[in-house]
Amino acid sequence: MSGEAVGFVVIAAVLLAASLQVVISTNLFHSVLWLALALVTTAGLFLLLHAEFLAAAQVLLYAGGVVTIVVFAIMLTERLTGQTIRQMNRGIAWGGVVATGVFASIAGVVLRAPARPAGWGAEPASTATLGRALLSDWVLPFEVLSVLLVTALLGAVYLARTED
Amino acid sequence: MLKAYLLVAAAVFAIGLFGVLTRRNAVGILLGIELMFNAVNINLLAFARFGGGVAGWILALFTIAITVAEIAVGLAIVIVIFRVRRTVEADHLTLLRG
Repeated sequence: MSGEAVGFVVIAAVLLAASLQVVISTNLFHSVLWLALALVTTAGLFLLLHAEFLAAAQVLLYAGGVVTIVVFAIMLTERLTGQTIRQMNRGIAWGGVVATGVFASIAGVVLRAPARPAGWGAEPASTATLGRALLSDWVLPFEVLSVLLVTALLGAVYLARTED
Repeated sequence: MLKAYLLVAAAVFAIGLFGVLTRRNAVGILLGIELMFNAVNINLLAFARFGGGVAGWILALFTIAITVAEIAVGLAIVIVIFRVRRTVEADHLTLLRG
């Protein structure tokens, strides 16, 4: 096996194990830490896919930002209720059946699809082409996205503010 | 190689779906949604790498930004619900029941 294949297998194994821990851990705080590991290993997958910029954005925004916000929210709500939040799962059998079914149907489609569909052959993306595309063809969605971000942050602050 | 990435992404998506379906805690459900978004991003970047061009990268970038906005608003709502109801259990949040 080549080095890339070995790296892929190792990263994928860690990613799947961490993802499983996120959904079955009984301690919510541990869940968040496992999620951080899953997000960082996903950034590793992005590096294997030669998407360095996206890997950096993933670590900064997800592993840095999202995990921090979730940890803050857990600490805040634990202080409000004054007790450690234990979490349990319910309906594990049905959840497992549905999740396995979804995975099996996706895997079936993937395995039956041709390895290289006709019409493919666009040159692989790079950070330079991403920057050019963002500020030319995709500039309107890009700007709308910034409006959405400001709106969401203002809304979050408005919702979570304390009455005084 | 593309199929290996797609299968890993499908597995992560299924695990996240399992979390969303079985978690009682609202924050736990949000973490499951996070995993599902993550699986979508792996798919987008895998397609971009193996012949899809730059559009996959752009969609993945948008997904990351929108997820951050979603998690901020979602956790703000969770905090408000905590203040009002003193619980995180999604089953207990029945204010809208007629």
